[in-house]
Amino acid sequence: MSDQHTCACADAQEEELYPKLSEIVEGNRGKPENLIMVLHKAQNLFGYLPKKVQQIVAEGLGLSLSQVYGVVTFYSFFSTSPKGRNTIKVCLGTACYVRGGQQALGKVENELGIKVGGTTEDRRYSVDVVRCIGACGLAPAMLVNDDVYGRVKTTKVMEILDRYE
Amino acid sequence: MIKATINKVEIEVPEGTTILDAARKANFAIPTLCRHPDLTPGGSCGVCVVEVEGFPALRRACMTQLEKGWVVSTNTARVRNARREIVDLILSDHDADCLTCIKNGRCELQDVARVVGIKDVTNQGKNHKKAIDRSRVALVRDPNKCILCGRCITVCSDIQTVNALTLDGRGFDTSVSTVLNQGMGNSACVNCGQCTVFCPVGALYENSQTDEVWKALNDPDKHVVVQEAPAIRAQLGEEFGMEPGTIVSGKLHAALRRMRFDAVFDTNFTADLTIIEEGTEVVDAIKTGRSLPIITSCSPGWIKFMETFYPHLRGHISTAKSPQQMFGVLAKTYYPEVKGIPAEKIVSVSVMPCTAKKFEAQRPEMWSSGFQDVDYVLTTRELARMMREAGLDLKDMPDEPADDPLGEYTGAATIFGATGGVMEAALRSAYFLVTGRELENVNILPVRGMTGVKEAEVPVDGLTLKVAVAHGLGNARKLLDKISSQLAETGKSEYHFVEIMACPGGCVGGGGQPWGSTMAQRARRGEALYEEDASLPKRRSHENASVAVLYEKFLKTPNSEKAHHLLHTHYNARSKVDGKVVKED
Repeated sequence: MSDQHTCACADAQEEELYPKLSEIVEGNRGKPENLIMVLHKAQNLFGYLPKKVQQIVAEGLGLSLSQVYGVVTFYSFFSTSPKGRNTIKVCLGTACYVRGGQQALGKVENELGIKVGGTTEDRRYSVDVVRCIGACGLAPAMLVNDDVYGRVKTTKVMEILDRYE
Repeated sequence: MIKATINKVEIEVPEGTTILDAARKANFAIPTLCRHPDLTPGGSCGVCVVEVEGFPALRRACMTQLEKGWVVSTNTARVRNARREIVDLILSDHDADCLTCIKNGRCELQDVARVVGIKDVTNQGKNHKKAIDRSRVALVRDPNKCILCGRCITVCSDIQTVNALTLDGRGFDTSVSTVLNQGMGNSACVNCGQCTVFCPVGALYENSQTDEVWKALNDPDKHVVVQEAPAIRAQLGEEFGMEPGTIVSGKLHAALRRMRFDAVFDTNFTADLTIIEEGTEVVDAIKTGRSLPIITSCSPGWIKFMETFYPHLRGHISTAKSPQQMFGVLAKTYYPEVKGIPAEKIVSVSVMPCTAKKFEAQRPEMWSSGFQDVDYVLTTRELARMMREAGLDLKDMPDEPADDPLGEYTGAATIFGATGGVMEAALRSAYFLVTGRELENVNILPVRGMTGVKEAEVPVDGLTLKVAVAHGLGNARKLLDKISSQLAETGKSEYHFVEIMACPGGCVGGGGQPWGSTMAQRARRGEALYEEDASLPKRRSHENASVAVLYEKFLKTPNSEKAHHLLHTHYNARSKVDGKVVKED
């Protein structure tokens, strides 16, 4: 299940975030109309929306868990699986696509053993796709956290990723 | 009133009428899939599109209110092609193994496909293959049959306020699911089965036990007994083309005998018994100053709802088991004793208008006889299927009585199947228990009918009993919130006795009723039960002679130690997240 954790330290860190979540929820108690805003804040806090967080939000705003879950799964912005410490974003905009973005993405997926939207078991990396980051001249481009890499060849992918712990 | 034109016919309808309703009034049928007369229109399927002059795009007839002077076309080539394309797209990702589908012949998608003239599924694309959800003992959910109309979610959230079902995801990958797709058995689902009644296709249905019952009937070592709930006699006829509200008690008994049940009893017998046990409990509670109100316990969907959402009211729920479970115990204790049959040979089958009864029968508390008290629970729909398989048409059956010693019943028992019926039956006997005199006018009209929450005041000697009745869990929630806040604020509620039924209309509107039922049908069935009540010579539960014999020979007195051991139960608290019992210290 998506809210199961593999890393105990992450669990411990997560536990410390719950008092902050309570504050966010408290300010919106009984206000179901603020659901999306509260979920935004909760995801900023946790990096994702595990079942327990959805439950606390539902209880606080006066909604059922299924109503919250329906909204969370509708918007692609929200994630029910944890994000890695480092977020890899491979660009598949038109220019990057024709210059081998798909191959770069394939390499990332194969090497890390995860698919787009997924996170490695050690929570070191998450992989996402973006459509154009305005670096078409450097195509194919890839982002790791806030760092931009251009002309990403499949042979270079792991060398780049190894820099991020 | 406004005037408009539909297919060259001038019509006049009240303002606010949808194109769909206006067209029907003018005798133009518009096919729909998601629309249901008892639910708020959602417009999700798009099958009902029509052309309106001046609008470039087609409009959904169910969602669009007709306006003055509009010129509407419901059958042009453009409209017909659009409808066919929409149904074609639905079918392109639909598991269309119609011959083996539970809805075969009764499916609204089959009807619509025929009406719009589908000859071939031309759209060939990706097909979803999703796992069938069998996590709930009472219900099955097959997402491969689902057309995403959303009726089940609307009834689960708006009418029942349970919110077990939700849409999961978006676009092509959307599905009707539960939280984290963990299955209905791991959700707040209370098994009411209203989703199965509203589903237009074969995506939601009861977990059938017909095979197990056939097997028992075929086993010469087993003695198979059957009980039928009060509401069955007002529903089953519809499965055989009879008018809603045709009472078929006698034909039902005859049909069951012809299916080779060894003894054909009637749940109505234990409905009368329930009234004696529950009525005694209420009268004692008033006399001894137990915290009021006492709330009825017959409806297992309501019981799980209470355990999940109102566990603080557990102490107010009558400890009396439901008639199904009282019958189950007696069929494996009293009946074998009277008949000289070993209890282990008895197979106890019930026919219920209800899917939650399947869950109730499997509760661990329901083993008071030393065996599982009720072995198999069939819904009205399952019994009808078995009867067809056995070559029996209800219409052709003679009228026969049920067997002794668990077959006699009064009018008070019959009305259990309608909302307010348990209350009315209880008041008829409570009056006698308190005063020693008979209530002269047994018709307690304020608790009858389809109003969501009903109240009445009944003078009983010096005391005025204040009672309330709610049916449908959304209505129950309103009443329970009121009672909860009264109890929290003053420690007292204005009500002495409250009846709650999970399903709109009571048991005649249960989750096991014939497919495609409407609220109007439910209301008609309820009225029919009151008609049977009025026609019976005995209309008070305490007049049931077989119940008196049962006390004399077996239980001794109402609420006796033996009665408590066999006929009463206790309740749990459950998690709102997964519906599981919460262990308490």
